[in-house]
Amino acid sequence: MTRLLRGTAERLWLVALAVIAWEAGTRAADEEYFPPPSTIVSALHEMWFSGPASQAFLTDKAVDDFSTSLGHLFGGWLISCVIGVALGVAIGRFRALNDMLDPVLQFLRAVPPPTLLPFFIIVFQLGATMQIVTIAFGVVWPVLLNSADGVRTVDSLQLETARVFGLSRYRRLVTVILPAAAPKIFAGLRVSLAFALILMVLSELVGSTAGIGAQLIGAQRDFDLPAMWAGIVMLGVLGVLFNSAFLLLERRLLAWHSGARRLAN
Amino acid sequence: MLEIAALSHTYPDGHVAIRGIDLTVPDGQLVSIVGPSGCGKSTLLRCIAGLIRPTGGKVVLNGQPVTGVPEGLAVVFQDYSRSLFPWLTVRDNVALPLRRRGKSKAERREAAMAALESVGLAGAARKYPWQLSGGMQQRVSIARALAYQPSLLLMDEPFGSVDAQTREDLEDLVLQVHRAEKMTILLVTHDIDESVYVGDRVVVLGPSPTGVVADVPVPLPSERDQIETRALPEFIGTRAKVGRLVRGGHGGADVTNAGPATPDPRAADVRAACSDG
Repeated sequence: MTRLLRGTAERLWLVALAVIAWEAGTRAADEEYFPPPSTIVSALHEMWFSGPASQAFLTDKAVDDFSTSLGHLFGGWLISCVIGVALGVAIGRFRALNDMLDPVLQFLRAVPPPTLLPFFIIVFQLGATMQIVTIAFGVVWPVLLNSADGVRTVDSLQLETARVFGLSRYRRLVTVILPAAAPKIFAGLRVSLAFALILMVLSELVGSTAGIGAQLIGAQRDFDLPAMWAGIVMLGVLGVLFNSAFLLLERRLLAWHSGARRLAN
Repeated sequence: MLEIAALSHTYPDGHVAIRGIDLTVPDGQLVSIVGPSGCGKSTLLRCIAGLIRPTGGKVVLNGQPVTGVPEGLAVVFQDYSRSLFPWLTVRDNVALPLRRRGKSKAERREAAMAALESVGLAGAARKYPWQLSGGMQQRVSIARALAYQPSLLLMDEPFGSVDAQTREDLEDLVLQVHRAEKMTILLVTHDIDESVYVGDRVVVLGPSPTGVVADVPVPLPSERDQIETRALPEFIGTRAKVGRLVRGGHGGADVTNAGPATPDPRAADVRAACSDG
């Protein structure tokens, strides 16, 4: 327990120092555009976390904003996971498919997703579908390309072993190819989760009334700077939380990979 | 019975790996295949396993021409660390191929445990391969092949990456397995000593492109012992004969006028005789 506390302290002292410096700096400057962290935190608390205990202290607005934003984020991300892994595996397995699709995919990947926002608005109208599609389209690429690469670079001896022992096509895919490609697939999923947060905010900047991004843009328009900063801080906290949770999951599922690599070095 | 007739293979880049190999192996024989490294031994083995479609000649196993990976064939590869799946436990690695045998999960596990026991690794069943030493990992590979109960077992330089002591233990393990299971074994090696110690018969391949240079019977009793067998005059004579065949490619010396043994048997290693990478 003491070790855990010490470890946390060692990792967080710089953060604490930065917050203290921020607080001192903004108080000294007394500039309306840069409220001190204490003001931001109280805005954050008032806006989202001053609800009743029965709602885990979330306000009605928080329930509304978070469920909307996170629903879109995870919806879009999960769609991109499924499509990205499926298409990536197919491309990695079949050379002909790769040669055929590669130019198109390289082009689509190179298009910055925010520039497609007007296009998605026309096609899907304003609303949840448009937002989810924007997120899914923007974040599918790291998953797709990493899955294809992971599958393409499965050790030939592992594939030969699977063939020698007569594993069926399905069994080969599930017990050999996918696990072998999993480290790369997971790296792609983690990158795209971070992208998903960015695109979630972007997709809420137009024509949206609920969500963290919508709140952010609304606060900015009302010159409610503490509320705007509260939204920014909330997004940062969410990003850190998602990344940590994902890393935890990855470490559990791919324990064999880090173990094997540690011993090899 | 395994029949190989006029087997040749040329890779797409024009490299002729093997040329005109004829070889017949009766059931239950343990045949050592020895030749310089890079001489096409692995290509030969991959053709027999149906992993490569040869460009010429044919392989017939029990009357059936080999076109894909035949049923009842198992392979132990040299590179155990790449051939075992690091995401599966030792037991699951051994049990995986048994799906093809149509066994239930419980039966597969039981068969895996029995195979692991026969190679002395029952205690490591729940570990991962990368937690074991190299010699133990190769034992796991052998256990996986055993559990599969093949009629033909191919071993591609199986002891090339382990230390000398482990190597001797594994050689004895192969002999013990062969006696117990009576399957046909083709063991590819570049170690002349090993080829004689383990084999019922030694097939000598020449430098690339490989053909069969000689087929040498091993006049040793089937019970073998690392110390005693290696001291027998028959062993020393056969080893010298095979050594000359591998080095010179033009043998003909018989057992009786074989020269004195080299002091260090491992000096007979023919890696240096390799003609190409």
